[in-house]
Amino acid sequence: MLRIIDYGSGNLRSVQKAFERHGVTAEITSDPNCVAESDRLVLPGVGAFSDAMAALRERGLIEPIQRHVVADRPFLGICMGLQLLFETGWEGGQHDGLGVFAGAVSRFDCSDDLKVPHMGWNQVKWREGSHLSQVVGRNAQQPEFFYFVHSYCVQPSDSSIVAAETDYGGMFCSAVSRGRLLATQFHPEKSQSVGMRLLKYFIEHV
Amino acid sequence: MLAKRIIPCLDVEKGRVVKGTKFLELVDAGDPVAVAARYESEGADELVFLDITASHEGRAIMLDMVRRVAETVFMPFTVGGGIRTLDDAVELIHAGAEKVSINSSAVKTPELVTEVANRLGSCATVVNIDPKRVVKDGKEVWEVFVNGGRVPTGIEAVDWARRVEQLGAGEIVLTCMDRDGTRDGYDLEITAAVSRAVGIPVVASGGAGKPEHLADAIEYGAADAVLAAGIFHFGACTISDVKKLLASRGIPVRPVGGHV
Repeated sequence: MLRIIDYGSGNLRSVQKAFERHGVTAEITSDPNCVAESDRLVLPGVGAFSDAMAALRERGLIEPIQRHVVADRPFLGICMGLQLLFETGWEGGQHDGLGVFAGAVSRFDCSDDLKVPHMGWNQVKWREGSHLSQVVGRNAQQPEFFYFVHSYCVQPSDSSIVAAETDYGGMFCSAVSRGRLLATQFHPEKSQSVGMRLLKYFIEHV
Repeated sequence: MLAKRIIPCLDVEKGRVVKGTKFLELVDAGDPVAVAARYESEGADELVFLDITASHEGRAIMLDMVRRVAETVFMPFTVGGGIRTLDDAVELIHAGAEKVSINSSAVKTPELVTEVANRLGSCATVVNIDPKRVVKDGKEVWEVFVNGGRVPTGIEAVDWARRVEQLGAGEIVLTCMDRDGTRDGYDLEITAAVSRAVGIPVVASGGAGKPEHLADAIEYGAADAVLAAGIFHFGACTISDVKKLLASRGIPVRPVGGHV
């Protein structure tokens, strides 16, 4: 069963319906037992880092998520669901994340006229030779546009997990992957056909 | 490179799109779901629904419309009009809107912007600012108006833009009232002044009559996105026409053809 983790961070229907479009039933749950028993997990989310961690903790979801990831079962993180995987978040002070990956989540540098939030459609350049570059980014010369809306971005200590980068006042990490974990800063469920292709890839190949 | 967004704006009254007559082939051109799907397939980067229903009973109808649109499209959309309380905003986001836009209530109760931003995130919190050029003591002032441009506030637009950013807004939609509905082009001077005064994205609105106007708003008005209504609804041009022109002027756009 594919499950979408609900920790009170807003509307999850857009994620659910995107999977339905591919004929996959996705259950929305906040029950730690259900999360622990899932074949595939999706961690979505918007809002503030510390609020999200507090909400996961309150619902007893931290441990089942960590176990799922450590066991290398299929996992998809979206937006906040990518950021939470890191050790430290710097949104409104220093906060512990899920600690799956070493590194921090920091605000975009607002100098040189950069507008923050980074909001809208931007190009995602997949790492050369990655499966995703073949499935999603079919033309390396013209990387596909995905929908972003965020003020913070991840800075992995281990560059080998960086699956994609995007240019916004300099390159930042817009997706990570390791084993059967994939997490994106952009929203595939709001990125029309290219987003649908990515979700299809997650369902069929991860 | 972040693409400049092209955003059609749809006025909605009692759950029906009004003033949208272009899509003659649609069985029901007033159906927000059909119109949203159509704009998605044409390459719109986002959509804005503006609820112009005057009565409070309209809220339930609006929520139902938001749910139905969210069910159909795979793109982000903003809903504005008549948001007076935090609950109004939360309901719309829970129904499937990506962002909510607050206009008159932001002036009357500025703390509402902060409440919404704290609860739903700055990224989901948009403030509409409607300035008009007025002369006070022989000097031109860009004064913010509310209630559809009818009520002056005494607030200066650039100051107000900085203030709403501090309050927690993540985006500003700037509708210059002197140009709204004229098709003479956006007010580039006010747009550039506001956009350069804040660190959040500014969406230019009011006055689009041809594709060149949208390009000008980005190039000379420093807009991060452009919103237009009539130019798209009445068939003066397509989103594709606009994007082709923008691209020819070196402005980054998302190519059309990404619909589901």
